[in-house]
Amino acid sequence: MNVFTEALAWLFSPDRWVGPYALPVLFGQHMYFTLVSVVIAAVIAVPLGWLIGHTGKGREVAVAVAGAARAIPSFGLMVLLVLLLGVLRIPEAAIITFVLLAIPSLLAGAYTGLEAIDRRILDSARAMGMTEWQVFWKVEVPLGLPLLVGGIRAALLQVIATVTIAAYINLGGLGQPIIQGIPLRKFDQVLGGAILVAVLALIVDLLLAIVQHAVVSAGVRSAPQKRRSRSALKAAAPATA
Amino acid sequence: MNWVVDNLGLILELTAIHLQQSAIAIVLGFVLSLPLGWVAWRYQLVKGPVIVLTGLLYTIPSLALLILLPSIAGYPARSPANLIIGLTIYAIAILVRAVSDGLDSVDPAIRQSATAMGYGGFRRFWTVDFPLAGPVVLAGLRVAAVSTISLATVGILVGVNNLGYLFTNGLQRRILAEVFSGVVAVVVIALVIDLLLLLLGRALMPWTRAAKVPAAARQTATVRAAA
Amino acid sequence: MIEFRNVTKRFPDGTLAVDDFSLVLPSRKTTVFVGSSGCGKTTLLRMINRMVEPTSGEVEIDGESVLGGDPVALRRRIGYVMQNSGLMPHFTVLDNVATVLRLTGVKKAEAHKRARTLLDTVGLDQSLAERYPSQLSGGQQQRVGVARGLAADPNILLMDEPFGAVDPIVRADLQQETLRLQRELDKTVVFVTHDIDEAFLLGDQVVILDKGARVVQVGSPSEIIENPADDFVAAFIGADRGRRALHLKQTPRGTVVVDSEGRTQGAIVDVPDSVTDALLSEESATKGAP
Repeated sequence: MNVFTEALAWLFSPDRWVGPYALPVLFGQHMYFTLVSVVIAAVIAVPLGWLIGHTGKGREVAVAVAGAARAIPSFGLMVLLVLLLGVLRIPEAAIITFVLLAIPSLLAGAYTGLEAIDRRILDSARAMGMTEWQVFWKVEVPLGLPLLVGGIRAALLQVIATVTIAAYINLGGLGQPIIQGIPLRKFDQVLGGAILVAVLALIVDLLLAIVQHAVVSAGVRSAPQKRRSRSALKAAAPATA
Repeated sequence: MNWVVDNLGLILELTAIHLQQSAIAIVLGFVLSLPLGWVAWRYQLVKGPVIVLTGLLYTIPSLALLILLPSIAGYPARSPANLIIGLTIYAIAILVRAVSDGLDSVDPAIRQSATAMGYGGFRRFWTVDFPLAGPVVLAGLRVAAVSTISLATVGILVGVNNLGYLFTNGLQRRILAEVFSGVVAVVVIALVIDLLLLLLGRALMPWTRAAKVPAAARQTATVRAAA
Repeated sequence: MIEFRNVTKRFPDGTLAVDDFSLVLPSRKTTVFVGSSGCGKTTLLRMINRMVEPTSGEVEIDGESVLGGDPVALRRRIGYVMQNSGLMPHFTVLDNVATVLRLTGVKKAEAHKRARTLLDTVGLDQSLAERYPSQLSGGQQQRVGVARGLAADPNILLMDEPFGAVDPIVRADLQQETLRLQRELDKTVVFVTHDIDEAFLLGDQVVILDKGARVVQVGSPSEIIENPADDFVAAFIGADRGRRALHLKQTPRGTVVVDSEGRTQGAIVDVPDSVTDALLSEESATKGAP
């Protein structure tokens, strides 16, 4: 594993902490773009998904859109937007790409979360005298949270992967060592960068998995495992770019 | 769109390469997921590790995976095999889950009644499991296929030639039409393959032609039915 | 008092669930709607708390139409117990029982206090208060459902086949609890079931329904058993078999009552001789039971 020891040496070298390409700087860029994009996408997609889930209308459209969106290569879209908006607007072009990429997973997480709820619970809530808003906030949102977090998790991972690639358009981020290193044949750098990105993704995935588990209501967690709609979970996890 | 007309040959050639790479990955992924998914479903102890492992591989960003794999396995990163192996791994991650979920969705009571009637293992698979799990597996296959075709473009970043070339080349030379044609080409092949799989599914499984009633609708009907 | 006047309900898909139904449900009594599946009994029930709105006709509570005013406020004033209890899986038992109280603005501490009282009322142990519905048995869940329905002390309590999903022993237990509650509390109860025995056990007024909520017979259990309106009712209540088709049999010890299978159900106690003689002469005139 000579090549790995070299990569790790590169990774832990003190040079990594100085200069414009210092790891903390790249990490900060990466997380900045990821979080900003996912938040923007969430603001758009989650209320929309909740509306679809609550009313039951528009679902087919949402599924079709998610399916079509999956076909669009995010790398291509990113380059396209850069050319369209101009080199002065690279960050904007990138963020638009990331937002569009994140929307399907967040949308699916929101509406499948609501759809998976037993209708009788909602009927009972209405019969108790809850207004539609109360049914939504007190019952649907809490019970729909696990699948929503699943959607957030999928979206985060997809965006992290795409931000990695965005180093190609000089966006910075942790993909930068990889993209820069390949033509320069600096394989320790390339591999080191790859390891770092992989580790980041795995940590984020683990954290979100913990959140997803924590967000399951106590009452539901203690229930005997019913066959929840797994296809719902599937819909919330399209591929990374 | 002059560029497109002038370079139609290039686009078609890259499309063919792209399709070939994707197709191998999808078929390979599917073929490997069937036994893997079945084992994961059948043996509870294996299920956890398999799902976790495939999930982990799926989590790793594509560019990173395309660098890590050749570093571990020793083959060159810029070989098409690298891309195909990476794409296959992603496809497996999606499909193992789909196969396992599909088998899960078959009511055990039905399976037991088939056994009780005297169906042997293989026959029972074809009469019970396949018809009922099929739609779920097909849905997963469609997702995997579309994702693979879209994802394959990343290969260009490690030196594997396919439609991704139109993006890097188009960016360098600032030719919008080139990049655009690349995006369109990928989307078109992906949607065409998706449609073909859908039709294939309908042909192999005619009983799925009736629209699937989502769980929510089924339950609304239950509440309403209490007269 | 609840009144239905010429109520009809046609669902969007064309089903005529209720066809010109009229009935007065007296206050402080238990009215039971009983009939086979699909006869419209649950639809009738759900029109009282406006979960279903009539296509035509009036549904009035104490003279006021249920359609006037806010449906949400209406539902908070009416207790509703459904099959499978419909408890919120993510609320504790206490929070579930306190649901309507909290909706009407009662402070949490007070709502919980009242909820605890209700647990006693329905015969549940206080230790269950912080548990979740999934940790309770079916019978316990139903009791929580009843407690929840009673929490806001409504005048009207609607119960939709509440004991359908539990096993017979638990069901009998819950039925007895319901009887006890009816005696202690003074509520107008509207109860839906497909089980005629349950209807006779719990109902002051029993309404036997056929398709389209057509009223086949209305009356007290005694009235119906003594005078089934037609063959349908007779068949429905099982007038010709089991415990309803009873014969007298003379034994050395006295006169006993025997069911249609020949099993002795009980003995005649304390009947004036004149009646006994009359019954015995009738008995010997007809074919005797084995």
